[in-house]
Amino acid sequence: MTSDNKSSDLRKEIDDFIATGSANLAALRMAELWRKESGTGTAAFVVSRHEKIRDKTQLSKYRLAILRSFTLEPVLPLLRAAAFVNGIDLTVHLGDFNAYVQAIVDQDSSLYKFAPDGVILAVRTADLAPDLWQEYADLDPDGVRGSVQRVTNNFQQWIRAFRERSQAALIVHNLEQPARPSAGTLDAQLESGQCTAIQQINSDLRRIAGEHRGVYVLDYDGLIARQGRLRWRDERKWLTARMPIAADQLIQLSREWMRFLAPLTGKICKALVVDLDNTLWGGVIGEDGMQGIKLSAEYPGAAFQALQRVMLDLTRRGILLAVSSKNNPDDAMEALESHPGMLLRPKNFAAMRINWNDKSQNLREIAAELNIGIDSLAFMDDNPVEREQVRAALPEVTVIDMPEDPVEYAAALRECPAFERLTLSAEDQQRTSFYVAERERSQAEQTFQTKEDFYRYLEQEAEIAPVSPSSLARISQLTQKTNQFNLTTRRYSEPQIEEMAAKPEWQVLSIRVRDRFGDHGLVGVAITRDENEACEIDTLLLSCRVIGRTVETALLSFLGQAAVARGRSRLSGKFLPTKKNAPAKEFYAQHGFELQTQNSDGSLWQLDLKQHPIAWPEWIKLNKIDGGIK
Amino acid sequence: MTSTTFEQVRGIASDLFAVPQDQITGASSPETIESWDSTQHLNFVLALEEKFGFQLSPEEMEQMHNVGDVVKVVDSKLQTTSS
Repeated sequence: MTSDNKSSDLRKEIDDFIATGSANLAALRMAELWRKESGTGTAAFVVSRHEKIRDKTQLSKYRLAILRSFTLEPVLPLLRAAAFVNGIDLTVHLGDFNAYVQAIVDQDSSLYKFAPDGVILAVRTADLAPDLWQEYADLDPDGVRGSVQRVTNNFQQWIRAFRERSQAALIVHNLEQPARPSAGTLDAQLESGQCTAIQQINSDLRRIAGEHRGVYVLDYDGLIARQGRLRWRDERKWLTARMPIAADQLIQLSREWMRFLAPLTGKICKALVVDLDNTLWGGVIGEDGMQGIKLSAEYPGAAFQALQRVMLDLTRRGILLAVSSKNNPDDAMEALESHPGMLLRPKNFAAMRINWNDKSQNLREIAAELNIGIDSLAFMDDNPVEREQVRAALPEVTVIDMPEDPVEYAAALRECPAFERLTLSAEDQQRTSFYVAERERSQAEQTFQTKEDFYRYLEQEAEIAPVSPSSLARISQLTQKTNQFNLTTRRYSEPQIEEMAAKPEWQVLSIRVRDRFGDHGLVGVAITRDENEACEIDTLLLSCRVIGRTVETALLSFLGQAAVARGRSRLSGKFLPTKKNAPAKEFYAQHGFELQTQNSDGSLWQLDLKQHPIAWPEWIKLNKIDGGIK
Repeated sequence: MTSTTFEQVRGIASDLFAVPQDQITGASSPETIESWDSTQHLNFVLALEEKFGFQLSPEEMEQMHNVGDVVKVVDSKLQTTSS
């Protein structure tokens, strides 16, 4: 009963905070309450209290439509509560039973009138393919093939129709397999078995989704299998309320939806900061020593290896790892570098703070070093006192609650929705190596007498290419998220970039940089437009990880030479100041441009290319690529 | 047993119907609590199942006319599952 008393105290505290107008404190306590007991009752409480403070808190608004063939009403409060505590104010439109086809096909339907940001299509196998569900035993192999084809065609038509009518994200539940196939054990022996047929539809669905931008599959079959097909279902509620999911499983569906909503609303973490002792390994390195800590393929060390494996998986998703640990640096580094049980090594960590400082201070420094916001950090520590200290000092950090038993650590980390991603670029997968190379670079820089010596030592290679189908997404992404070295901060979608590139007077270029420490990937964009004698720079941006080693001069020099080759005699460009782009402020002045006009919006600069050609930095090797979209 | 069950049922009802706990009695019902509609009744059943770890039958759901009835159903359910 103590937990009940505790949570009723929390409820009272929340109501008191709301009554006195302390909305942020109320929101923090509600997050705590939701962590301690997430369920139908708590969800109703959280939703009703959030309604009272929604005007006083800063939440991302998101409009979600759910199209369905069964009762989902009881999942909505669970979803809205989870969304609220994750900083999302969700407005939900729930379609009528089995009205999903009309809703998708009719462009005047209530679905499109609702103007959703995202749509979930949740249809049961039994409703979409009754012949493959309860009447399966009556089908011959040709009949099975026909049904699979029909369902696949349905998905194809609906997804295509939806995309023609809406740009919203679409999340499609795949189809569940039966807990007990109608042919019994024989089903697994048959080429046209019931489970095989449904798997075939799911595999086709994945392919169809991949053919459209912003269409994602939710592995509903996998979710049910994970929870247990027999436990998932409640036959009585299905027969009385068209509610097929057992009460204690509803929360699982809402959590699965949150795994999509987190990345769709940008509520994601870019880096995971971990403790060392009793987190990455069992025991305390400073006391137990290299032989004493638990870290191996055998129990109990295996639990820690399993956690390290999950962390490695996260780096493949583009998530950075960092260490914040209270240790003597020499002890900790010895284990990180040479303990035979370690799966992670120093090269896997983008930043390290091994010292006796406050963890919240370390987290602030790590965010600054990695050039990401504090709200992009997740924190994992076995010590509940450290976790609470971080929660109190930096409420924007995602603190992962660790189970008592290390055997459950790996699963707890895999559960965290802040690490979900819906797409992956080549840059994402190599991100850690960029940061580790950067650390080596800045160490190397300090050993050189002159900057030029350092530039030569770097052996940089720049590959400049016109936009191509394979670089389109990355170029658009860079215009969307580059804030610091960005002269005009103009944001462009993929279709906008495509449209510009197709016009003869426009050039859309990307730059890729390599050096002796590794490949930086595609890190810069230049967009220009020719008009009469001048070539005007519409956009010029570089990722901050390559600034300050003359890549920006190389890109400008290339633009100048290309403009001359097209018969232009002047290069012009604007600098439009923002809160964040001070690093680009002096760029045109430093390269000999003359100020033409200036007002509160920005300044216009111009360079006579015949009198002042921009020299290519001799230490950078140019690799020019032709072709592209045009 | 019954008094603790009553407290727990009251806690759930208070969350779901947004009514202060001390205003909920055994006689509280859809007639006395405005927000206790059919959708909330289903949520009430689901919340009880989630909390106590059993599944209620349609017959048991029909017996739940007021909070007192709910407590009776829950108690008899808990006795059959624990024995």
